[in-house]
Amino acid sequence: MKQFFWAPVMTLWQREVVRFLRQRSRVVGALGTPVIFWLFIGSGVGEAFRVPGVPEGTTYLQFFFPGTVMMIVLFTAIFSTISIIEDRREGFLQGVLVAPVHPWAVALGKILGGASLAFGQGLLFFALAPLVGLRFGLLEFLAAAGILAAASVALTALGFVFAWKSTSVQGFHGIMNLVLFPLWLLSGALFPRETAASWMALVMSLNPLTYGLDGMRAALAGGSAGTAWLGAGVLVVAGGVLTALGARMTAGSFGR
Amino acid sequence: MSAPHSTLALRCREVSYAYGEHQALSGVDLEVKPGLIFGLLGPNGGGKTTLFKLAATLTKPQGGTIEILGQRLPEGAPAVRSRLGVVFQHPSLDKKLRVWENLKHHGRLYGMTPERIEQRSDELLETLGLGGRRKDVVETLSGGLQRRVEIAKALLPGPELLLMDEPSAGLDPGIRRDLWEYLAGLKKAGMTVIVTTHFLDEAERCDELAILDGGRVVSRGSPGVLRDGVGGAVVRVDVSDADRVMSALGAVGKVSCEGGDLVVRLTSGDVGAAGEQVRAAIVLAGAELRALSINPPSLEDVYAAATGRAWRGEAE
Repeated sequence: MKQFFWAPVMTLWQREVVRFLRQRSRVVGALGTPVIFWLFIGSGVGEAFRVPGVPEGTTYLQFFFPGTVMMIVLFTAIFSTISIIEDRREGFLQGVLVAPVHPWAVALGKILGGASLAFGQGLLFFALAPLVGLRFGLLEFLAAAGILAAASVALTALGFVFAWKSTSVQGFHGIMNLVLFPLWLLSGALFPRETAASWMALVMSLNPLTYGLDGMRAALAGGSAGTAWLGAGVLVVAGGVLTALGARMTAGSFGR
Repeated sequence: MSAPHSTLALRCREVSYAYGEHQALSGVDLEVKPGLIFGLLGPNGGGKTTLFKLAATLTKPQGGTIEILGQRLPEGAPAVRSRLGVVFQHPSLDKKLRVWENLKHHGRLYGMTPERIEQRSDELLETLGLGGRRKDVVETLSGGLQRRVEIAKALLPGPELLLMDEPSAGLDPGIRRDLWEYLAGLKKAGMTVIVTTHFLDEAERCDELAILDGGRVVSRGSPGVLRDGVGGAVVRVDVSDADRVMSALGAVGKVSCEGGDLVVRLTSGDVGAAGEQVRAAIVLAGAELRALSINPPSLEDVYAAATGRAWRGEAE
């Protein structure tokens, strides 16, 4: 049985990155929009923000920083997985589906490609941290980058699972607005669990992204290592499960 | 390159396929010997593309058995995919990438080494007249050139069997002719080609044909054998009193009015006898015969004889 695995994974991964970099509007959309949100909302709320448990003197721009990183990851993941629908419509995917490729390779190449983009954009945003007075050492940065990588895989895999089943870009937009965006909204990106209504705090505590965000916040602030590890662990498990689910879905396409 | 000649390129037994309520294929029996250019001819909606998708391992079979290069589907799909080249009707190219990048990714999906990809791409692009287009982004190419890139892509891994779905739809006649000359060259090199088409002139160029209509194979054989099987002839006449002659000719064959002329389709006898019969009927009816031409039956007649309906394949 002649089926290939790593060569297809690498080539689909590379294609994803090359395509993204060639489409400037996508680069701007995935990075620019969250940065504008961050600047506007962050500056708008400004000094009016006081949260229990957050150190005195933390500005909203600083508080919102890790949430913006996650938003960049989410947007990039959405933009890159939407291309599966285009691939299906424009025909590229049918060529991949009849190739002698291991069933997992299609999902893995696509998810790793999208995740690399999300990770890269997230890292770029870290360069803005000093502008709002966020300071962290190398170790804190590496811990945050690790969580960023795990979040990139998890959110891209989530996007993949939805996009694989979507027949139209419009349908995927619906999922984006009803599932993916609320997932981010209820992760503690904009407001902490502590100030939320009790039912919402419960929903937030069931959201895996909440732990990822807590973890990133802890990592950047040099806070509890346990919180950081928990966040990374939850995201790695979510990413693993979702990638496996995506791979099973591609395998469900005929004969795989 | 070619499969052992004991193995059929394609073998279908009682193959059925339905999209919900719509029965696209119902009980297709078909055998394609290796080393041929085999045509699946039929009007749009006749079931060709469904059969193509099954053979290409894109769609999972529902009823009946289908074997490709000796491998039964769907179990055999992973084993047989590396031996197939597939040309889709809507090219499976990444339009945002350059020509060579498309070929590179395709080669990697088929486990080819970068050196082999480089060497094969150079050969194929040169042969297909794309030598100067390596670095062009696919979406900047015309439809005809894109189709050629799609063909280069399918041929890159050196398949034993090339499956093509309407390869010349949307191509102008000159390019169509080039394509068929190229296919003849591939056949000489030992490749089997299965092509779906709704163009009768293309069907004429195939070694063997199966005519698909309403999800069934209504006729199969070489184009020559199929035409001989219909028998008779097609006689076209220009007469003075068409109405009167029309009823008189009704006794000779099936009459229709096409472009101001009367066309009589005779279903038996040879070409010479057919001309005499028609001439005699016109004289008897007392009309003046201004012109008469006799042709052997065409694939259009083969289709009409097999289905009882006129050919409407060339809707484009």
